[in-house]
Amino acid sequence: MADAPKTSASLHRPDGWEIVRRSKPAMISLVFLAVLVVLAFTVPFFLPDALKTTSNGAFLPPLASGVDAPVTHVCGTDKNGQDLFYRLLTGAQVSMGVGIVGAAISLIIGTLYGMISGFMGGRVDALMMRVVDLLYAVPRILFIMIFIAAFDSVFKDWLDGIRLWSQEAGWKRLEEAAHYLMPYSKIVVMIISLGLVEWLTMARIIRGQVLVLRELTFVTASRAMGQSNWQILRKHLLPNLSTIILTYLTLTIPAVILDESFLSFLGLGIEDPAASWGSLLKDGAQVINPVESKWWLLAFPAVLMSLSLLALNFLGDGLRDAFDPKSAD
Amino acid sequence: MFSFLLRRLFSSILVLFFAVSLTFLLIRLLPGGPFDREKGGSAKVQENLQEKYKLNGSLWQQYTSYMADLARLDMRLSTKYRDWTVAEILEQKMPSSLKLGGIAFVIASTLGVLLGAVAAMRRDTPVDVGAMLGALLAISIPSFITGPFLIAVFALWLHWLPVGGWGDVSHLILPSICLSMPYIAYVARLMRNSLLDVLKSDFLRTARAKGLTEAQAVSRHALKVAILPVVTYLGPLAANLLTGSMIVETVFNISGAGSIFVNSIQNRDPFPLCGAVIVYCTLLIVFNLIVDLLYSVLDKRIRVHG
Repeated sequence: MADAPKTSASLHRPDGWEIVRRSKPAMISLVFLAVLVVLAFTVPFFLPDALKTTSNGAFLPPLASGVDAPVTHVCGTDKNGQDLFYRLLTGAQVSMGVGIVGAAISLIIGTLYGMISGFMGGRVDALMMRVVDLLYAVPRILFIMIFIAAFDSVFKDWLDGIRLWSQEAGWKRLEEAAHYLMPYSKIVVMIISLGLVEWLTMARIIRGQVLVLRELTFVTASRAMGQSNWQILRKHLLPNLSTIILTYLTLTIPAVILDESFLSFLGLGIEDPAASWGSLLKDGAQVINPVESKWWLLAFPAVLMSLSLLALNFLGDGLRDAFDPKSAD
Repeated sequence: MFSFLLRRLFSSILVLFFAVSLTFLLIRLLPGGPFDREKGGSAKVQENLQEKYKLNGSLWQQYTSYMADLARLDMRLSTKYRDWTVAEILEQKMPSSLKLGGIAFVIASTLGVLLGAVAAMRRDTPVDVGAMLGALLAISIPSFITGPFLIAVFALWLHWLPVGGWGDVSHLILPSICLSMPYIAYVARLMRNSLLDVLKSDFLRTARAKGLTEAQAVSRHALKVAILPVVTYLGPLAANLLTGSMIVETVFNISGAGSIFVNSIQNRDPFPLCGAVIVYCTLLIVFNLIVDLLYSVLDKRIRVHG
């Protein structure tokens, strides 16, 4: 943007896609992430079933062949003889899924909150922002864990209820499904909990933007035309906020992924047999010892996770610098 | 000045009050209580325990009686570690966190400011690009990756430093690097962007015009202004670092305050949790106050007023 001629820069505001296309690191990041997501959601379907369960071949190094079945463990196996390559891909599904959906939830809350606060102004705004300040003062981990504890028992009770009910009704399939889904309910719990906590920064930024936007003449004009507050918010302010929302979505996704992996690393998040990058790293960190290095259990998830977060941050930074260079921190 | 401090004190107590209330209510509203796993948990035993730990009666009664005790500076007992008061737990766990967090804070602030300033002065050179790439990398790699990695290289492979534990200086090196790494990066990025803005300003052009070298101009005039946003960030950072990091404590096997939050919630142990929140909030308030006072020292245009 800096070297573009002044006149064209002021006339034409580039959209997100143009900015990403112009910047090489952002483009590489985008391609990397796209490939990763596609691979994570397709490749597991084509892998032989022998790779998807536990086996007797525990701690096999990379490229070793399986003990129970004639398969190659590209990234080695873990303590239960599970194939690390398969778990890396399903872990990417979970981590990315939690990151994207969790960030989207926090985005919706943060945008609504920020828009209302900024648009109402005055006392409402002051009160709403004090609430945000207060929530900042309580450690975030506290809310996340309290939400997890609250939702976890609720979801598990539901599934257990369904299981017992179907057992009585004699619906074998449903009973098995409920039993099978039990460890995966944590994923939904994580998504909701993280989404409910991560919106504070978003709300502040959106509010700041709305404070500027609502003073502009087109808002006065639309009010003069008799449009309601809600119509002005939806039709006139939201489109103007879309770029900044997109930018902070890109930056919130890695934050949510980090939170999820942090909790899973401490054993509070995703549970076996489901996996996420954090839970894989936990398994990897547990087995580093001087006698016999099982480096692959730590190295592969670490590299995959770091590269993904790096790519997301590159993308988010690029977008932010281009859209609003002032807010860069 | 005095009325400013008085006003801040009042709003600080208000924030502290709300934060503790919220924490207490949330943990008491959670499903499951602290005495659920009590052996031979007859109703009578539960009742007695609740009475002993002052968790009987309605939620409102529990809350008001706790607040009354807090006003008398009594943080009560842990329901999990039965013979311990919250004050004793904090006394035992805080020193290691304060030490580690303090070191990490000094590293993060000095190294971050230095790196950011150098990067800004050498804008768009390989130094700048390299430093900013390194910073992004440090932000992207979480501490539970750097921690095990540092252990694997420096403790298990090179045998230079101990794997974990607590004792002499050698035990501090790896955890403080691990803890400070992402924050060095944050501070460096903040510093670079802020200094770049200042370098474009008029008063710096004047400084150059009167014959100062770039280094003199930066060190005498620009740094003082450019460091303001960094100082704002450092306030909450100090509170965060000093209350301990659960991850670093777990990875390096250190008994610190970071685990109080997580363990207390797991055990539904309300009073240590509230105690830890009180410590965190107090630190946050104190450091934010220091930041405000530093602001008026660094930038004469800003005056604190009541």
